[in-house]
Amino acid sequence: MPVDVGLARLSNDLIAGGIVAYSVAFLGFALDAAFGEGFDKKASASAEQAVVPAQVPALVGASTAGSLPEGSTSADATGAAAGAGAADGAGARGASTSSDKYKLPRRSGLFAVVCTVIGWLLEGGAILSRGLSVHRLPWGNMYEFTLALTFASVTAFLVLMTRQRARFLGVFLMAPVVLALGLAVLVLYVPAAPLMPALHSYWLAIHVTAAIVASGVFIVGTAATVMFLIADRYALAAAAGKPVRFTGLARMMPDRDVLDRTAYRAYAFAFPIWTFAVIAGAIWAEYAWGHYWQWDPKETWAFITWVVYAGYLHARATAGWRGRKAAYVAMLGFATILFNFFVVNIFISGMHSYAGV
Amino acid sequence: MSDTHVDIDEDALSAEVSKLDTIPESPDEYGTRQRARRTPGGSAMSVLRWAWYSLTSMRTALILLFLLALASVPGSILPQRGGSDPLRVSDYYAKHPTLAPILDHLGLFNVFGSAWFAAIYLLLFISLAGCVLPRSRRHLRAMRLRPPAAPRNISRLPVSTSWHTDQSPDDALGRAHELLRRKHFRADRADNVDSRADRADNVDSRADRADNVDFRADRADTVDSRADRGTGPTSSVNAEKGHLRETGNLLFHVSLLVVLVGIALTSVFGFTGSALVKEHDGFTDTTIDYDSFSPGRFVNIDKLPPFSFTLNKFEATYQRGGPANGDANSFAANVSWQPSLGAPPRDYTIEVNHPLSTQGTNVYLANHGYAPHFIVRDGSGHSFDETVPFIPQPGTSQYDGVVKLPDAKPQQLGITGIFLPTASANPVNGMPTSIFPAPDNPAVVIGVFSGDLGLNSGLPQSVYALDTAKMSRIATTTLRPGDTLTLPNGAGTVTFVGYDQWAAFNITHDPGKPVVFGAVCATVLGLVMSLAIRRRRLWVRASRDDSGRTLVEVGGLTRTDASGGFEDEFKRLVTALQSVVPPTAQDG
Repeated sequence: MPVDVGLARLSNDLIAGGIVAYSVAFLGFALDAAFGEGFDKKASASAEQAVVPAQVPALVGASTAGSLPEGSTSADATGAAAGAGAADGAGARGASTSSDKYKLPRRSGLFAVVCTVIGWLLEGGAILSRGLSVHRLPWGNMYEFTLALTFASVTAFLVLMTRQRARFLGVFLMAPVVLALGLAVLVLYVPAAPLMPALHSYWLAIHVTAAIVASGVFIVGTAATVMFLIADRYALAAAAGKPVRFTGLARMMPDRDVLDRTAYRAYAFAFPIWTFAVIAGAIWAEYAWGHYWQWDPKETWAFITWVVYAGYLHARATAGWRGRKAAYVAMLGFATILFNFFVVNIFISGMHSYAGV
Repeated sequence: MSDTHVDIDEDALSAEVSKLDTIPESPDEYGTRQRARRTPGGSAMSVLRWAWYSLTSMRTALILLFLLALASVPGSILPQRGGSDPLRVSDYYAKHPTLAPILDHLGLFNVFGSAWFAAIYLLLFISLAGCVLPRSRRHLRAMRLRPPAAPRNISRLPVSTSWHTDQSPDDALGRAHELLRRKHFRADRADNVDSRADRADNVDSRADRADNVDFRADRADTVDSRADRGTGPTSSVNAEKGHLRETGNLLFHVSLLVVLVGIALTSVFGFTGSALVKEHDGFTDTTIDYDSFSPGRFVNIDKLPPFSFTLNKFEATYQRGGPANGDANSFAANVSWQPSLGAPPRDYTIEVNHPLSTQGTNVYLANHGYAPHFIVRDGSGHSFDETVPFIPQPGTSQYDGVVKLPDAKPQQLGITGIFLPTASANPVNGMPTSIFPAPDNPAVVIGVFSGDLGLNSGLPQSVYALDTAKMSRIATTTLRPGDTLTLPNGAGTVTFVGYDQWAAFNITHDPGKPVVFGAVCATVLGLVMSLAIRRRRLWVRASRDDSGRTLVEVGGLTRTDASGGFEDEFKRLVTALQSVVPPTAQDG
């Protein structure tokens, strides 16, 4: 079937609009983070927290009888409980207690969320029209994959915001999203065209979609991990009484435990999907090439990513590796995804050579 | 065992055990392990034990897993002999003449078949098995245990609440018990239990301690707060949920082992081969019909599945026009095949994502090309009818091949040819070149050589290359179908009759595949279970307080709640409990 040029052009216009909306959203999030009231921390307990890695899930005021967290004396535990309660309720509470000085930044935060949704709709429209123009799922080359990937990331971010307070991720998520989309449009772009025969299979839908969803959620986790590392650095330095530069960066972030848990949630969600993507790929390879695993460079790097995130999940459950070290492992995992996407796709030839670049 | 003793023991243990948080082994065993690990000791036995415990620790397994990832990196960057394009290894040799032999010696051109790669995954396999199998046994035991008794002071659990109710303690507990059972908790009533006595029992029970690793947190509290409360007997409902978390965790790890078993099955009982088949030619599943064949160690090559097929027609369609001009749209090999000799033939179309499957063996379409048909008449008037497969040249739509005529007289003849599906003159140099992969305007460019083909030298020769060392070129030309070239000096004629197409097939028999497939499905299931389920305990105690009213205390505990959410569940459970055991009015 011929390519519908009009729809393909519409797709390009929509993605341009999407990038603009995301960029504005990024600015809004940044404004909110820089001049807003900040995201509450367990200020009083931060010194203790810095030394004792949180082994017990943060207490969020669940108990009506004023229960106490593990291993703390009643005096500082009360402070911690109050702080935790504050952290939980900050979004709602902020509305009633914050002074006028925070009005504009908070509005900009909400404005940023609205812009994100607009950008998300535009990008969704771009992907849809691209798909309609070529009569197939539009993830057959690096350009299309990048669109789908960032879309998955923003979707995960939006979904996360409906389930927990996650606006703080905005700056650190929108930055890579805008960068990736810019790269897609300027460097990776290929005109709409049908697929090569090797990709004619419903496994394209299963395998690649799973890989996109998993990678997109991994990006959200990575944004949280980067923030965790910054916040952790700040907290450690503060606990040691050292002067800290760029304290504002840490001030805009929620408590480390919240960041760590947000990251873990993302990774724990994405990891089984990534596993499934690799397996679906193996099944497809079995159909297409007669071997379910051939150590093709792309397969190899998907496996390496899997191993590193498996390592992260184990590390996080192992005392002594929790916190910073586990976060480094997660960062390494993301680095392997980037390597697989950019270096393997462009510089290493293999049976997955569909980049179209 | 005195109380003080228990306290110290517990503290030390929880510190130790938390290092291996996800391995709930029994503390005693863990202590032995730690000792064994620290001291390799003098005797051979203790060295062995030390080696075994070290190998099967989670840290070792993790290190091996990372090593496996690290080891596969060179395999993805350096060209591999078993990879999609083995010729790249010789290219690499040509470009790096000093480095390449060193890399080769280290096995870096065949990473995934190298001894050190095998060593890593075999060690990983043993490490995993040594860790997971005993752990499964312990888990089976733990699954049969009842929930542990309520801690003395419920209000010091990480989440807890209490309220007064008008119901009697017995009534309240009965309702709570029923509710928790309805919510699929494993729930027990414990009536008039003396907490102190019960606690001592608990600590003594080894199996229960093994089971309690996830809940280590409650101990210190329980012990601390002993003084707070009277020691009279109390009644409670002890409930627990989420054993499936560990079940899923173990399912995941055991499935990984099964995947490796499946892979091993294939490498021992499977075979893989390839065959190039021209249109109208047939293939029978015997070793002589394969161009390459690599059987597993225990494959009986005389008893391969007895199927056969004939390639009737090969069809390819290509993108015409647009930016992707010339890209292939579809490939299809129309075959008639028989599962065994004498069976009625059936028609089938083998496509890229659509193999032919029979008797556990799959036939995949791997490649395709053209086979020009020549009739060559030699100087003595003898004629040869040759249809020879030409091989696609990467990056072009041209196909190269040679025709060898060792029986030609007076001298042997050889032809090198380039098949051009859509011939056109190169705009730069005027040379014939192919501009499209479909046979729109087929032509063949040939060079004819006469002399000694060198077939009797004893050295193996490729059928796709001509050794022209002892031959001389006698003609070069371009032929279209039907054209005849007359060779000089009465050496004969070459007629380009036309062409057939050919298809190359990969034929594999993979007996471990169902095992691997089942295991990887179980892997995902296990993962989802172990990541989504949380194990938690809930205790409800109801007693008469000093004023004679019924005080209901509820407390909950979880350790494996990495992504949070237990507090919310606890709130919901409390709401549900309060709907069956309502608080008294003034309590609010």
